[in-house]
Amino acid sequence: MIDIQELFFHYGNGVDLFRNFSLQVNRGEAWTMIGPSGCGKSTLLLIIAGLKRPTAGKVSVGGQHITRARPSTGLVLQDHGLLPWATIEKNSRLGLEVRKFYGPDGKHSPADLKFDKDDDDQRVNYWLNWLGIDNLKTMYPSQLSRGQRQRAAIARTLVLQPDLLLMDEPFSALDAPIREELQKVMNNFHLESGLTSLTVTHDIEEAVVLGEKILILNDRCNSKPMILENHFFGKSEKRNSSEFNDRCRALKSILMNGRSGPE
Amino acid sequence: MKKKATLLSTLAGVCMLFGLWQLLALLIHRPILPSPIEVVPLFLKNIAGELGLHFLASAARVLSAIALATLLAAPLGLALGQMPKLDRVVGPLVAIIYPIPKIIFLPVIYVLMGISDLSKIILIATIIFFQILVVVRDEAAGLKQELILSVKSLGAGRRALFRFVYIPASIPAILTALRVSVGTAVAVLFIAEQSLTSYGLGYYIVIETYQVLLYPEMYTGIMGMGMLGVLLYLGIYSIERKLSKHMFVE
Repeated sequence: MIDIQELFFHYGNGVDLFRNFSLQVNRGEAWTMIGPSGCGKSTLLLIIAGLKRPTAGKVSVGGQHITRARPSTGLVLQDHGLLPWATIEKNSRLGLEVRKFYGPDGKHSPADLKFDKDDDDQRVNYWLNWLGIDNLKTMYPSQLSRGQRQRAAIARTLVLQPDLLLMDEPFSALDAPIREELQKVMNNFHLESGLTSLTVTHDIEEAVVLGEKILILNDRCNSKPMILENHFFGKSEKRNSSEFNDRCRALKSILMNGRSGPE
Repeated sequence: MKKKATLLSTLAGVCMLFGLWQLLALLIHRPILPSPIEVVPLFLKNIAGELGLHFLASAARVLSAIALATLLAAPLGLALGQMPKLDRVVGPLVAIIYPIPKIIFLPVIYVLMGISDLSKIILIATIIFFQILVVVRDEAAGLKQELILSVKSLGAGRRALFRFVYIPASIPAILTALRVSVGTAVAVLFIAEQSLTSYGLGYYIVIETYQVLLYPEMYTGIMGMGMLGVLLYLGIYSIERKLSKHMFVE
């Protein structure tokens, strides 16, 4: 699904965040990405989303070379990014409106796009309902709690039926109980839909709960990806078991020691 | 979040204003302050005639100035807000011109543009122009990068960003700027209308009534100009209530 070949990236200061970095993510896999701040997690996510250009190298998603935002990639950021002047319903329709604005041009919206008002309405209602915010449709973002806003941002993305979901610290601004609940929601969603997803987090537990594969970045230049296979994916009920804690501790020590290799 | 002005509170304000006026008229008891009991009936009678024409002339000037200023300032503000490099070049100039009272250029504008309605309109438009330019620029520049990125991720290119983000974000800013600047606009209109015209409330108040000591008539002109300010303010406010509902939610 995601194919990164020999990626190079540096900001203006000239320090390479990525040097000759390659990574493959298969269709249907749920990945998390973790690392210290400034290690390039968000940068990598935005490069995959097509919103940042790599210095060199090739990024393909779904066989398509990425040079700009790809219509079927969904992106959810930490700060929900909802329009403050639009109601939750209007916000969750925004992607549909943008697609309607351009028509099926294959660049801003999928080329095989069909407009069916009933179908669109149904989809908007379905996701609002699925995320438990259908009673908030007429409210404005400022009237909602952070968790509710993040649900609305997720609904807005899922309405567009993405085949890849990218999330940048989607739950890190939320209180622990709400965070755990939303993690469960995303786990269930993955089990139901089999959607490929890549979630950036700085929270070790979250990385373990949300990722069947965990990509670990370090704050020096990244060239060989460090990937941890993780069978605790979706098992949030094991959060308090000793095995789960061992896994978190192991991940933590890898993060602390930088490049010591998994287990 | 803004406080809602209700019809009731507006009416209460009007009643209090007239009460205070009456009280002052009784206390001062001189021809320069006639009682509203005398002025209001005169106003109602005259507004259907000559005074109405003066009112319309003034209203037309302010409204054209608002339209002209908005049409020029809003796009320029959006452009500056989105292009930090250009803003760095133009910004200092804007910052210096913004607080200069534009009325001082009245003679210059008369000489350059001639003695016409257009020169008065341009003078008022200049004042409103800078108000709108500054707020729209700041609004566009202040939009969070995360908001822009997430809308881009929904497929939006430059055109859709304008349609779905920049324009809706700047409309509330334009309205606020207008609401704040109509007071100054009407004040400048009053001065500009005192000369080189024969229609307008400023002309009516100073030349036709004040200078010939027709105080009650002068007050009908003052009421007209006051009403012009209040109506513009309330008009913009009600458009704001319609278009920027999110700013008035509890």
